[in-house]
Amino acid sequence: METYTAMRQFADSWALLAMTLFFLGVVAFIFRPGAKKAAEDAAAIPLKED
Amino acid sequence: MKYTFETILLGVGAFLALLGAGFAQDRQFEAHMWVLFFVLLGGTIVMLRRLDFSPASAGKAAAPLSEYSDDVVKYGVIATVFWGVVGFLVGVVVALQLAFPDLNIEPWFNFGRMRPLHTSAVIFAFGGNALIATSFYIVQRTSRARLFGGNLAWFVFWGYQLFIVMAATGYLLGITQSKEYAEPEWYVDLWLTIVWVAYLAVFLGTLLVRKEPHIYVANWFYLAFIVTIAMLHIVNNLAVPVSFLGSKSYSAFAGVQDALTQWWYGHNAVGFFLTAGFLGMMYYFIPKQANRPVYSYRLSIIHFWSLIFMYIWAGPHHLHYTALPDWAQTLGMVFSIMLWMPSWGGMINGLMTLSGAWDKIRTDPIIRMMVMAVAFYGMATFEGPMMSIKTVNSLSHYTDWTIGHVHSGALGWNGLITFGAIYYLTPKLWNRERLYSVRMVNWHFWLATLGIVVYAAVMWVAGIQQGLMWREYDDQGFLVYSFAESVAAMLPYYVLRALGGALFLAGALLMAFNVTMTILGRVRDEAPIFGATPALKPAE
Repeated sequence: METYTAMRQFADSWALLAMTLFFLGVVAFIFRPGAKKAAEDAAAIPLKED
Repeated sequence: MKYTFETILLGVGAFLALLGAGFAQDRQFEAHMWVLFFVLLGGTIVMLRRLDFSPASAGKAAAPLSEYSDDVVKYGVIATVFWGVVGFLVGVVVALQLAFPDLNIEPWFNFGRMRPLHTSAVIFAFGGNALIATSFYIVQRTSRARLFGGNLAWFVFWGYQLFIVMAATGYLLGITQSKEYAEPEWYVDLWLTIVWVAYLAVFLGTLLVRKEPHIYVANWFYLAFIVTIAMLHIVNNLAVPVSFLGSKSYSAFAGVQDALTQWWYGHNAVGFFLTAGFLGMMYYFIPKQANRPVYSYRLSIIHFWSLIFMYIWAGPHHLHYTALPDWAQTLGMVFSIMLWMPSWGGMINGLMTLSGAWDKIRTDPIIRMMVMAVAFYGMATFEGPMMSIKTVNSLSHYTDWTIGHVHSGALGWNGLITFGAIYYLTPKLWNRERLYSVRMVNWHFWLATLGIVVYAAVMWVAGIQQGLMWREYDDQGFLVYSFAESVAAMLPYYVLRALGGALFLAGALLMAFNVTMTILGRVRDEAPIFGATPALKPAE
């Protein structure tokens, strides 16, 4: 198979699926139990000093 | 401090530049190498005068390192203000050149050479210095660690200034590879690559030695900006030079592939240089200035990932109705429209950080500036997706509407958030109680806002009029207007545009004065902003 066609098919299928799953995973991770507390701690980082 | 090695390198560089001038294959390269030679020679002389020949062990114990290395940030703030004024000034000049063509001074100062000087000065010199300085400041504070790599940060700063000088002088000499926002030729591109890798090393190294377990979201945006710009810069500038001692090179891509690569680069320069990097500023300086945490940290993370995943596909909207395949144009349009959501999520996040402290918009001109910046971010990211819709684009493309859109984003969002950051940083870095004048910030705010509004409104009218004139047919199918007629019709708008730019420049001059006075330690005797200090109530 021609390189372009092979890469194009890979991009259209597995790569697209992997990126979509990664993104959904990030969103799910943000709303995991306990994330609210962790987020509040992280948001306070810039205000800790000067 | 001993800089023996650095001084020798500068001297060798100056000598190599001299050789380059001597053996140059074309006139432009020769002139450019002379410029480089004198710049590096000047650098060498400055360094030689600072050399310290006392033995390394003699007496002087190494000065204790302060907690953070802020000197390079101070230089960055000064460079930002300086290049900002230069870039805005050139902008007003090119605006006047369009209105009054007699101002084109051949060959060095005609519009074709001055325009890239303007765009690069404001984007890369003003914006780039602001990004480097603020990223160095923020990554140290939010990681609670000193900058990694010691003097590498100084190399990044001075190396970047050298890139700016070489790019700017190259444009005026007529050296260009004719790619928008990527005009510098191959040797300047190679230099920027080296500087950028050093920048990545400093930033990433600081993150790796951080004492704060979590990496604050502003650093995510900065890191995305640095990594993506490296990738875009390298791929778009893949080229083969005609001679290693000549200024001309040929792109590795041809035809529509070259165009698509260019706008993949060009639009992501907007998305990652002018958006992601400046969002890093927003997520640090607005919480600091308002003294409240960001409205929703979780929204900021979704903002980050969705922006990263979507922006990279939006470039083809610059090539609507061209030889680019139709599916690619549609893809660019669809992703541009999807960008509405993360952009507005980020805007809401920035604005809502002020919830419960809205009075600060009235009493603190710096907050007002930042809020206006975020508002312009919202407006520009609304307008952009709308213009990427093919039917809208068929009217707006190639007209001044695009110029207006770019400026409401660049002056409104990038300019105002940078001014806010500079006003926040200056008293902090130089240990001053407050700015020289807070009322001048207020003046700057109104001059800048009025300038942007005049500019953007005039360009809407001009652009839509151009678009309508170009597509006007009579009942026999002939075009009603010649192109020259649509040019002549632009005169009043071009004059008004120059006026808007001049207002913005006047604000920047006020800022330069204010920052200089603050650095000198002066404090202007002035009445506080109304309501800034609550009136004392008599005891009951």
